[in-house]
Amino acid sequence: MKIGVVVFPGSNCDHDCQHIFKDVLGQYVEMIWHKETLLAGLDAIVLPGGFSYGDYLRTGAIARFSPVMGAVKEFAKKGGMVLGICNGFQILLEAGLLPGAMLRNKSLHFICKDVSVKVENAATSFTSAYESGQVLKIPIAHADGNYYTDPVTLASMQANAQIVLRYCTPEGKVMPEANPNGSLDNIAGIINAEGNVLGMMPHPERCAEAVLGNDDGKRIFLSMLEPLKGNRKPLKMVGV
Amino acid sequence: MKAKIHVTLKQGILDPQGKAIEHALDSLGFKNVGNVRVGKYMEVDLDEKDTVKAEAQVKAMCEKLLANTIVEEYRYELQ
Repeated sequence: MKIGVVVFPGSNCDHDCQHIFKDVLGQYVEMIWHKETLLAGLDAIVLPGGFSYGDYLRTGAIARFSPVMGAVKEFAKKGGMVLGICNGFQILLEAGLLPGAMLRNKSLHFICKDVSVKVENAATSFTSAYESGQVLKIPIAHADGNYYTDPVTLASMQANAQIVLRYCTPEGKVMPEANPNGSLDNIAGIINAEGNVLGMMPHPERCAEAVLGNDDGKRIFLSMLEPLKGNRKPLKMVGV
Repeated sequence: MKAKIHVTLKQGILDPQGKAIEHALDSLGFKNVGNVRVGKYMEVDLDEKDTVKAEAQVKAMCEKLLANTIVEEYRYELQ
């Protein structure tokens, strides 16, 4: 597969994503500077973590107007797989490719630590290599990961299994005590109604190799490489 | 013309910074303080003499970039 990793000024997880796809999984990776406007021949796009445009104004607020984002939107509209990690997730929200917005962490702290995350929906293009209900140990590193959306959108996402990853205890219990940042409904990752755009705050690229002591995140990338499995149902379309 | 723009979190949305400041004020003895909200203040010079046009521009700027209207509200003055 050919994976495009977008590089914004201030991205800092772009080479980690490149490394996983290229060196660990043996795929072809193209680094895409944010000024590019044409994206041809790609099978998936990754918006990596970092601090695009210094997080000025709001996280992702300026990156969403980067020239490349028009092409990313087109790509997503045609059904192309788009994965946004951390700042990439924040950009997807600001760009309107995913519903909702990020608020400052409830504690006001920048939180950088391993957390437990539950795979709530293992029937997506990004999680099919996991078991449903599987608990992952995976690092987060953000100051703005407190996900918010209005109650109507939340109910629609819940009904449509769009909440793909939730913060939980190491035993898999989704409860307020396991919520590191105040995120609504313990949300750590969501997918769009069409099932081709996923945003997640945890960093799977930082735990995708056994040599790093943890490869719980690897199957996010493996899932993206898998052909559609019989048991993977496309998500319903729900008007929001 | 100058636009003075204030962006704050909507009422009802938790403002952790506002809460922290509220607690600090309380511990300083300002016991009658409540509902502290933190926001952003921006000044924008506009090369535009027509107030109606300037207002339309500022509104568009707020809607498109300066505020995220999912969680924030904005107000402005033109001078």
